[in-house]
Amino acid sequence: MTGELAPEEESGITEAVRDAHRAAEPLLVLGNGSKASMLRPVQAARSLSTRAHRGITLYSPKELVLSARAGTPLAEIEAAVAAEGQHVIAEPPDFSALLGSHAPQTLGGVVAANLSGPRRVTWGAMRDHVLGMRAVNGTGEVIRSGGRVLKNVTGLDLCKLLTGSHGTLAVIAEITLKVLPAPPAVGTLVLRGLDARAGVAALSAALGSPYGVSAAAWLPAPAAALAGLPGGSAALIRVEEFAPSVAYRTGRLHGELAAFAPGDVLDDATSRAAWRAVRDATVLSAEAEDAVWRVSVRPSAGPDILAVAAGAGGRGFLDWGGGLVWIAAPAQAQQAIARAAIAAGGTWMLLRAPEPMRASSEVVPPEPPALARLTRRVKAAFDPRGILNPGRIYAGV
Amino acid sequence: MIAQPEPKPDVLARREEIIAGLRTIVPGGTIAEPLRLKPYETDGLTAYRQVPLAVVLPETTEQVAAILAFCHANGVRVVPRGAGTSLSGGALPLVDAVLLGMMRLGRILEVNFADRYAVVQAGVTNLSITQAVQGSGFFYAPDPSSQLACMIGGNVAMNSGGAHCLKYGVTANNLLGLKIVTIDGEVIDIGGAHLDAAGYDWLGLLTGSEGQLAVVTEVTVRILRGPEGARAMLAAFRANEVAGACVDAIIGSGIIPVALEFMDRPAIHACEAFAHAGYPLDAEAMLIIEVEGSPAEQDDLLGRIRAICERHDPISLKVSGSVEESMAIWKGRKGAFGAVGRISPDYLCMDGTIPTSRLPEVLGRIGAMSENYGLKVANIFHAGDGNLHPLIMFDANDPDSFHRAENFGADILRLCVEVGGCLTGEHGVGVEKRDLMPAQFAPHELDQQRRIKSAFDPDWLLNPSKVFPLRPPAEPARAA
Repeated sequence: MTGELAPEEESGITEAVRDAHRAAEPLLVLGNGSKASMLRPVQAARSLSTRAHRGITLYSPKELVLSARAGTPLAEIEAAVAAEGQHVIAEPPDFSALLGSHAPQTLGGVVAANLSGPRRVTWGAMRDHVLGMRAVNGTGEVIRSGGRVLKNVTGLDLCKLLTGSHGTLAVIAEITLKVLPAPPAVGTLVLRGLDARAGVAALSAALGSPYGVSAAAWLPAPAAALAGLPGGSAALIRVEEFAPSVAYRTGRLHGELAAFAPGDVLDDATSRAAWRAVRDATVLSAEAEDAVWRVSVRPSAGPDILAVAAGAGGRGFLDWGGGLVWIAAPAQAQQAIARAAIAAGGTWMLLRAPEPMRASSEVVPPEPPALARLTRRVKAAFDPRGILNPGRIYAGV
Repeated sequence: MIAQPEPKPDVLARREEIIAGLRTIVPGGTIAEPLRLKPYETDGLTAYRQVPLAVVLPETTEQVAAILAFCHANGVRVVPRGAGTSLSGGALPLVDAVLLGMMRLGRILEVNFADRYAVVQAGVTNLSITQAVQGSGFFYAPDPSSQLACMIGGNVAMNSGGAHCLKYGVTANNLLGLKIVTIDGEVIDIGGAHLDAAGYDWLGLLTGSEGQLAVVTEVTVRILRGPEGARAMLAAFRANEVAGACVDAIIGSGIIPVALEFMDRPAIHACEAFAHAGYPLDAEAMLIIEVEGSPAEQDDLLGRIRAICERHDPISLKVSGSVEESMAIWKGRKGAFGAVGRISPDYLCMDGTIPTSRLPEVLGRIGAMSENYGLKVANIFHAGDGNLHPLIMFDANDPDSFHRAENFGADILRLCVEVGGCLTGEHGVGVEKRDLMPAQFAPHELDQQRRIKSAFDPDWLLNPSKVFPLRPPAEPARAA
């Protein structure tokens, strides 16, 4: 039997997994497939999609919690919370342009990939705001973890383990998120003409200031132009607060960082557009045949990684205060980039690659043997027959 | 009383041999004399006591690895312990277990302000991290009330919180990396000084795992620059419902105060008698609300909050005009445990979480239980995040009183689960709430968690008899 299953009810998901478990047949687990071209390809005759299992099941703005089934489009959730003046804290990116997909990404997909945007540097990752989950393990059992309250240390935190596990441990069926009031105003201080190292020093000074900076990125000149800010490289420092605080804090930052470079404060609309471009990495200008990596290192090492990428024929930009290095480069740059990331004590992920490369190369760093053993055992603890997205992160797991 | 597992007779019989083996690993830090073992017999849950087989106090990760490898090879159970401040009995010894005390791993290894992290050993106290960085205006955010004594390794094990979680999150949200040792003595580095992992989120899984999976020897924490300043206000109301509605209105206005503490009438009275903080004794409920920012920003936020409070028929409002006035407002709340300790010989500090909208109902039902059990209770509540701390007063010299207090506490936690909350918000399950786990989880869900435990610790040697109800361990999950 081949084809795609897309049950509307959770019971349909459990049945599909139970059947696959019984038959020991692998399943490609996905939502709308908007991120199907990320990581390694999954070899499976059948797919199980959560896209029809959708809808917001709970939203209590006063309690800062929202629950939705995994197939709910993220845009639907963002619209629902925006109507109450709130936002999804981790500012999840939309990689449809980068990954060439037009399918609307689902909440389940964003959580399964633990995708976070520029706000991550200050306010945490997607995984920091997942309060609860219902998920179907590889034998077809519904496992609940966490709940619908903001503070919960009851039992092992499976929510964090499943967030970012790319559907390899369980099929996430429903998610409860913490949400927060969306600050009414946004302002961005832009410092022009700094090189990467000086730019990151300015970002560090900003993030080490008492002004509650919510995002900090450095864009080389071509990326800055794509973010709507032509005229050289740009160090961007964002403040999100009530309007009087935005004016006050960007003003103070402007003064305190004047020694780095003269600056401008962007208005609300320009600011939002620029950060959207940074969030979605549309400023990367990746060529069709380029591979794309996200490298995570301590912020001060970001410029070194960019230099290595440039040496290997690539280009990139820095988010998360310098700690997130976005790189587009020919596929053969992988070894140099991976080596530099590990040497700097960081990690990397191959986000997009030409098909032959995806199937044959590592997409994240190999784990040391002791950790690799734990990965296999924990995988077996959820999915003893290895039917859920086999090989998606590591070959053979 | 909570049952303990059967001791392993072969381990008890080989006690001398095991101690000799530990002495070869940590010659100056192996304790076997009964009088010197006594101080380790309990933690913050003092109703339970058990002298361990031996205590070992390593000074390095290598020694921890050697101890665990030795215990693993000899089938000896291990109970890790930091400062022993757990309120859920997370570090309660077992008669046949080696107590692994981490307090000698007490060095701060690195502080990096540009990249905003610090690397510390597991036995460094929570407060001393902040003290090491506050000269440059930085702090480590989670601030459990035991922060003077409690150690970061224990904070990681229990995923500790504090009064400022609503804005800054709990321990799990403030970590970057760990050095862990598994039961077979393997040393593994998780994460580092960077954000987010490739592969599975081991950092997230290990945090709050209560010593079930591995022993933490080093922690890389995020350090944050503090705000320009902070100021508190106090608002007192005629009814719990009204105070609850006021909390909703503050959050609904888009303000996230850095702290939002709720005290009920008995808590107000106990704290006022102890600390003379000027709390209004005619109030049914009181809020302490703290905001951060520049002086002008504080004025703006406190003005907005004051206007909201004024729409809720307050008995009194007091907005602090200075650091000193803020400290006076906090004085009673921070002394709450001491205050209750003064009016009752003993108390149990419970720790459930509830959906904040259910607060008035929950407090009403706790009041009714208090009458049924004939025991007084004072309620302190982190109102922003729903974490409720009922302090049940009893007399430990009266076994019946203790028995009723335990049952009362269990009823409160079941109530928390019933209204959509959970058994523990920040203290952990430990032994205290172990047998209540089936109130929150179905058997197959507990088995899923047990299989993860088995994946790390197939023989169930690490901190056994905590977190999971006693029963034969699940089949170890092994890779095919």
